[in-house]
Amino acid sequence: MTEPRPQDAPRRRATGARRPASAPAPEPPSTRAPRRGVARFGRQSAPWAFLAPAVVLFALFLAAPIGYSVYLSFRTEKVSGLGLGSGSRQEVWNGAANYVSAVADPEFLASVGRVALYGLIVVPVMLGSALLFALLLDARRTRARRFGRIAIFLPYAVPAVISSLLWGFLYLPGVSPFYWVFERLGWSVPSLFSSNLVMFAVANIAIWGGIGFNMVVIYTSLRSIPSELYEAAELDGASQVGIAWRIKIPIVVPSIIMTFVFSMIATLQVFAEPTTLRPLSNSISTTWTPLMKVYRDAFTRGDLYSAAATSVVIAVATFVISFGFLRLVQARAFGQEER
Amino acid sequence: MRLTPGTQAGAILAATALLAAGCSAGADSADGPGDAPDPTGPVELTFWTWAPNIEKVVDLWNADNPDIQVVVNKQDGGDPAVTKLLTAIEAGSGAPDIMQAEYQKIPQLVSNDAVADISGQLSDDTPGHFADGVWNAVTLGTDAVYAVPQDSGPMQFYYRADIFEKYNLDVPATWDEYAEVAMMLHEQDPDKYLGTFSANDAGWFVGLTQQAGASWYGIEGDAWAVDIDSPEVTRVAEYWGGLVEDGVIDNKPMYTPEWNQGLNDGTQVGWLSAIWAPGVLEGNAPDTAGKWEMAPMPQWDENAEATGAWGGSATAVTSQSEHPEQAAKFIEWMNTDPVAVQALVDESGLYPADIPGSEDALAEPPAFFSNQENFYEIAAQTAQTTQPFTYGPNINVAYSAYNDEFAKATEARSADAFVAAVEAMQQVTVDDLTNSGFDVAE
Repeated sequence: MTEPRPQDAPRRRATGARRPASAPAPEPPSTRAPRRGVARFGRQSAPWAFLAPAVVLFALFLAAPIGYSVYLSFRTEKVSGLGLGSGSRQEVWNGAANYVSAVADPEFLASVGRVALYGLIVVPVMLGSALLFALLLDARRTRARRFGRIAIFLPYAVPAVISSLLWGFLYLPGVSPFYWVFERLGWSVPSLFSSNLVMFAVANIAIWGGIGFNMVVIYTSLRSIPSELYEAAELDGASQVGIAWRIKIPIVVPSIIMTFVFSMIATLQVFAEPTTLRPLSNSISTTWTPLMKVYRDAFTRGDLYSAAATSVVIAVATFVISFGFLRLVQARAFGQEER
Repeated sequence: MRLTPGTQAGAILAATALLAAGCSAGADSADGPGDAPDPTGPVELTFWTWAPNIEKVVDLWNADNPDIQVVVNKQDGGDPAVTKLLTAIEAGSGAPDIMQAEYQKIPQLVSNDAVADISGQLSDDTPGHFADGVWNAVTLGTDAVYAVPQDSGPMQFYYRADIFEKYNLDVPATWDEYAEVAMMLHEQDPDKYLGTFSANDAGWFVGLTQQAGASWYGIEGDAWAVDIDSPEVTRVAEYWGGLVEDGVIDNKPMYTPEWNQGLNDGTQVGWLSAIWAPGVLEGNAPDTAGKWEMAPMPQWDENAEATGAWGGSATAVTSQSEHPEQAAKFIEWMNTDPVAVQALVDESGLYPADIPGSEDALAEPPAFFSNQENFYEIAAQTAQTTQPFTYGPNINVAYSAYNDEFAKATEARSADAFVAAVEAMQQVTVDDLTNSGFDVAE
């Protein structure tokens, strides 16, 4: 590979140091010692007792609802005649028909396309800015580091619905202080809710809210780099930018990959921002994102069955994309630990 | 990304707490029936409603009827309450005894078996209290009675009398005049609009088409007919599309902070709205008190006065109620007794559906329109011209199609796009009915 040397060296050193520590791990000594029956029973059941609350909660609040959604996704409701009076509605088996119509629905495909575009805007801008902020905070001469960190992180603490409402006000020309200023300056700025700009309006909220979290993750991993590395690099005549580019960024790649996966999943699930902005605009449809379509089908149209099918499709896609991506970058992401 | 370990822990804690609460609630309700098996003892009825201050009306009943006590449970407006009710019906428990429901939701509730037929429980003269169109909305044209009408929302035209005077405009009596006035106003002050076409309010558009003589659904024998792309609806859509295309009226949605501001600062000069408009104006445009006036809606045909309805609701007994007889007695009282009707006007600010009671109850104009002595006189005249209209079992689908299709059309600002939106709504609604297995007449 064409990678520069200074980055390979520390990695080899680090893994080299770790290997002897983990290699001689012997079998746990406890299995060898003989003991009495009661104690063994107690010891064997203890882990189960500790696990039980988690298993019960998992089964009740994760496995059961997922199972029920999958079950619902294969069913549908059939109405007879006018559908008035009791007993005119019946739940019946529907095979894979819900899945077929979910995947073939042009509105669903359009929403997937929209989310893909949205992701192309949000993820690079958000992670790029997060990395930049992390590097700036980590730089030697940065002042008010603690304040800067909190200030950048703060938007993450604002719930998405609240931040969308606040931004919504700022986007509406009639009430926005920005538009008021633009008008006084004689500029005509197009409404951010017009159909060709609304994507950026929504993306901006996600970026604003997400930078802080990702910055903290990257920053934390930057802080764990031993400072000897920088001293060595400085002795070799590297500039601060050079150190950032050649040492810091390669070392935080695993964190960037992790934040990338998180951001990708969040992108696939975008819901709160466009849903909150929708009443303010003509440019956001009720099926603007895949999850909004699920919500509309389930609660506006009362069709739980096709909503269940669509949500299973989204869940599987999210799973495949995130694990597929992790597999693809495994060597790069976890190379330090496993090589 | 937003599920940090902290929130996860919080969610698990909350879930555990919910589980515990669920268990204890279950235990409580298991005890409940055991305590009150006595049929002669007092019954307690729960009432889901969102009308402001309605508990004061209910208090009047509770004071006189110690054996039938009604407990008000406030809900968040029409749609969420209906979703909640349908969920409770599906789950088999948790529904209230009495439910406030907007007229357009009744077919959906009936079709989901959520409301009881109370035709056997009402007095014979109950139907005579209501206009035929309103009564039809609670019977769906059948012999059954699924609810008792509570309030209605006949539409009128609200306008800023002071601004009309300033620009020397006449109150439009026909839609042609409305278009003319909209143009004259916008030409004199490009910031001002006589109204906005809101793609977010399907109920509003229904009212406009109802005035023009449209009825979106109908029953033909044993099948539903969908008539959203009728000539009447298309005509209304084309008319408004033309106004938006010419830029003489606004295309922004109603009920946004920007629109509220527009009402308050005089950029929105007129509003086609329903009888409950004074309350909204008072809340959203407090600075304009005494500057608004109300007139009948502009007409398509000057010789045949007509109006539509936006909103309005009825009170139903749910299919889960264990005391449907007592519940029916209460809702009949609340919506037809003169004392109760007066209280609905005074306390909740409703325009009652009850005809005999409303004449006395509506003597004074609403405070926000104290400048217009004959407010309720005009209202009574327009209310009588409300056109018949049938809502269908998947009106929710038609409404969400309205949001999407007309959002595109208003953004495109073209009359052709408005007509296309009507056609798309028809298609979506028919497809949904067919897919659900309803019999649909071609």
